[in-house]
Amino acid sequence: MTRFSLGKWLLPVYSALALIFLMIPIVYTFVFSFNDSLKSNITWRGFTFDKWLNVCAVQNGAVCEAFGNSLIIGVVATVIATTLGTMIAIALVRYRFRFRAGTSLLLFLPMATPEVVLGAGLAAQFLSLGVPKDMLTIILAHTMFCISFVVVTVKARVAGLDPALEEAGRDLYGSPAQVFARITFPLLLPGILAAALLSFALSFDDFIITNFNSGAVTTFPKYIYISASRGIPAEANVIASAVFILALVIVVTAQVSAAARAKRQARQG
Amino acid sequence: MAFAAFSSTAAPPADAPPRRRSNVALLLLLPGILYLVLFFLAPLVSLILTSLQAPTEFGDIGMYSYAFRWENYVAVIEQYWPHILRSFGYAIVATVLALAFSYPLAYFIGVTARKWPLLQSLMLVLVIAPFFISFLLRTLAWKQILSDESFLVTSLKAVSLLAPDAHLTGTAFSVIFGLTYNFIPFMTLPLYTTLERLDLRYLEAGNDLYASGFHTFRTVTIPLSMPGIVAGTLLTFIPAAGDYINASRDFLGGADTQMIGNVIEANFLVLLNYPAAAALSIILMTVILVIVGVYVKRSGTEELL
Repeated sequence: MTRFSLGKWLLPVYSALALIFLMIPIVYTFVFSFNDSLKSNITWRGFTFDKWLNVCAVQNGAVCEAFGNSLIIGVVATVIATTLGTMIAIALVRYRFRFRAGTSLLLFLPMATPEVVLGAGLAAQFLSLGVPKDMLTIILAHTMFCISFVVVTVKARVAGLDPALEEAGRDLYGSPAQVFARITFPLLLPGILAAALLSFALSFDDFIITNFNSGAVTTFPKYIYISASRGIPAEANVIASAVFILALVIVVTAQVSAAARAKRQARQG
Repeated sequence: MAFAAFSSTAAPPADAPPRRRSNVALLLLLPGILYLVLFFLAPLVSLILTSLQAPTEFGDIGMYSYAFRWENYVAVIEQYWPHILRSFGYAIVATVLALAFSYPLAYFIGVTARKWPLLQSLMLVLVIAPFFISFLLRTLAWKQILSDESFLVTSLKAVSLLAPDAHLTGTAFSVIFGLTYNFIPFMTLPLYTTLERLDLRYLEAGNDLYASGFHTFRTVTIPLSMPGIVAGTLLTFIPAAGDYINASRDFLGGADTQMIGNVIEANFLVLLNYPAAAALSIILMTVILVIVGVYVKRSGTEELL
């Protein structure tokens, strides 16, 4: 096989270096979570486990409160966005209806709009309606930008679902609810879970839209933004590192189990 | 992780199932569509109305009344045109750099590493790994690494690669660097998904017809990976043009590197000049839609949308 490869070694070496480059700030954040200093990111003052053991000790637990807010917002926004988005995805793939092109455009536009515009738009709307900004407005905002991402993720799964399976369910006198609960939903579940994870990750890490619609409520990214000028406490690095490790474990487990399943199926087939 | 959006639309389902007309479709669509109308479309309308507002007759800070003051647009363009130009300039440079960085990497993962599925998935996990850690903390880490007292900068100065009085943070360099770094995964993933589907027999055919490796790359690989290039550049360019974290003074920016996002934030949240912030937002969105429209049309990948 010949192809444009710039020499046999250049491409693999470049790729390894590129991945190392991508990891640099992550390793930096992790290392400085062990920094024996109040402000984590300035200079190295020695190794300590303290910050990992007493994450909530700093500033009366302000970091943990912000983290908790982000978790609540992420979970609620994910549940709503995943439900609404999955329904839309099923309708888009399975049914013919008028305004189909309009619906697709309405779903595409939030993804093609810069976050600062989405954030300012919602803030202008809440302002003109006199809605006070709190947890609710953040959740409403996050749900909005997550829906489109859920739709595209679940749509791929619905498109790969064989309609004959549902037909068989109906032929066996399954009610629509039974067919959905026993056939459609379980088969869509991996796609729905992937969409939920994506939605949670987007919500958890969002700062720009949150900043416009959060009022006095502090989320984890907002906490970091506010602390940036006077120095980030090492506890923030601890939380970020812990979330990183957890996410990595989830993704690697999913990858490995998918690979194992593929292997098993290959052996059986 | 917006890549999912574009990668899956790039590959339409092979055989669409028969579609039925039914009220079920309406019931499934209605809640979600209503939600987007209420919290996406209506806010855009609000934004347009706000951008045309006029100060109240007493001129109270943060108080405006509905009007049709299109002069707001003239005023913000006059005042902020350097920021507007800078935003698009930075975003374009960052997009090109991210593409140059990502293409070889995506090619290696998607084409060369096909023989080793485990390596392939491991590398993919590393590409998306930055998504698992806070965007703001990653950017702050770079700020520290590029700061004047850092090991990197002092070493560069020691070997005279950098002038003794030079700074990296607070410059256009560091803002573009941050934008490029932060949006690389958005570029690599769509590139990977199209390159991963690239049929190697096309490349062999090119070779059989005595094309040089470079010629095959230019006339076969690049055109076949065009959907990935378009998706990746859009996913990088759009958020980069509106970003205000990298260019913030507390992060990688300085006084002369402020982008349109920073100006919108300052006007909306600090100066309470809502009409100016809204007008700038509308300008940003319009310019992006025009650029995206022209780009997608010229690259011949309309089906992507």
